[in-house]
Amino acid sequence: MSEQHVQSVLHSAPGSGAELLEELGMVLYVGAALIFVVVMGLLLHAVFSRRLRASARAWVIGGGIVFPAVTLFVLLTYSLAVGSAVSALNSGTALQLLLNCFGIDSNARIPPPLPGTLRINVVGKQWWWEVRYRAADGELRNVPLANELRIPVDEPVELMVSSGDVIHSFWVPSLAGKVDMIPGRTNRLVVRTSEPGIYRGQCAEYCGGQHALMALYVVAEPRERFYDWLRNQAQPARAPTDPFLRSGYDAFMQGRCPECHTVRGTPAEGTSGPDLTHIGGRHSLAAGVLKNHIGTMAGWIAGSQDVKPGNLMPDSEIHTGSQLRALAAWLESLE
Amino acid sequence: MSVTARIAIGWLYLVLCGCMAPEGYEPHVPEGDPRQGREVLAELECGVCHVIPGVPGARGRVGPALADYKRNVYIAGRYPNDPDILTRFVRDAPSMSPDTAMPAIEMSEAQARDIAAYLYSL
Repeated sequence: MSEQHVQSVLHSAPGSGAELLEELGMVLYVGAALIFVVVMGLLLHAVFSRRLRASARAWVIGGGIVFPAVTLFVLLTYSLAVGSAVSALNSGTALQLLLNCFGIDSNARIPPPLPGTLRINVVGKQWWWEVRYRAADGELRNVPLANELRIPVDEPVELMVSSGDVIHSFWVPSLAGKVDMIPGRTNRLVVRTSEPGIYRGQCAEYCGGQHALMALYVVAEPRERFYDWLRNQAQPARAPTDPFLRSGYDAFMQGRCPECHTVRGTPAEGTSGPDLTHIGGRHSLAAGVLKNHIGTMAGWIAGSQDVKPGNLMPDSEIHTGSQLRALAAWLESLE
Repeated sequence: MSVTARIAIGWLYLVLCGCMAPEGYEPHVPEGDPRQGREVLAELECGVCHVIPGVPGARGRVGPALADYKRNVYIAGRYPNDPDILTRFVRDAPSMSPDTAMPAIEMSEAQARDIAAYLYSL
């Protein structure tokens, strides 16, 4: 199990765009504090000093006009440079020059994606994330998943984010800045990190009653493990072998579950809810709300409206106790 | 207050005392640590299905509410509410009650004891 990182802009992942944002933040916090201290010092000096300074005019022009103008200009260009480096939207020569002035090599940090870059579509929905991998490899084209992203370390990954209903915002503070998910529009975000681990993210644009419970995990793994995982995710679900799991499978198919959920390799092909083909291998249930084990699975199926009131999944009222357990056990077996 | 009134109040007091349940047997788990138990309940997110006082967010309605659990007479409606039985039940309910909706949850014997201890402390 990889290490889980704190979800915080102050804990940016090494080699990520968030690292530049954290540096920018530090420059602003420390700079603002210094300026505040100096201004307060001058204020106290002006109040308590008896002597009238002959150079008052110079202070007004220097400290009131020249200093703020220069400081703000430098900060503005610096923040624009960071913004461009983080989003890697553009790397024109003039901009490149500007980036180099501040010691930021945008190409080293986040190169513009080459053909063959791993591309992941993420669609925000009330209140979960639909994820679709589009790797260059023919076999791995179009792998649908939900509520969890995995990325290889030391490799830029292109996220194409959009929305299926209202405006959401994709935000994994340790990896990158926020990018809005807007209906009818696709925004692009390139993420990258050199440190394996589990990064938490969440929706950063109010999107309805359960906005606060719309989270996800991004798991960064070494390249080989990542591609093993992706190959496995592309496979359909295996048929249940043991009779107990079989009864769980039957409970799923006889209930209303297939109306909304897909389990690839079975007749369940609903598309309004998350794809469950490999749900047992995810770190969370209900979009980052619950840990994933058989108990939370059963509880979520039977009481989803208690956990996340107003979400589109109705409480299951048709399964007997043992059917519910079998259903949860079967879903947990789908790794 | 007249003497009759005092006698009446005293008599009423005694009658009401008689209505109260006797301080009887209260189960407890000697080796279990209730504080640890509360952490385990939170960690395993048992609150998805149960209302558990003292555990943040534990307001599930899938299973029974667990407030004042020491005063329950039966576990799952079929076993006496005994510390050893409860310790077994929280870990592996289906083996004791095959129709139950509560799955066997992966945890250690010690964690199960801590959970039982916490439930009896409510």
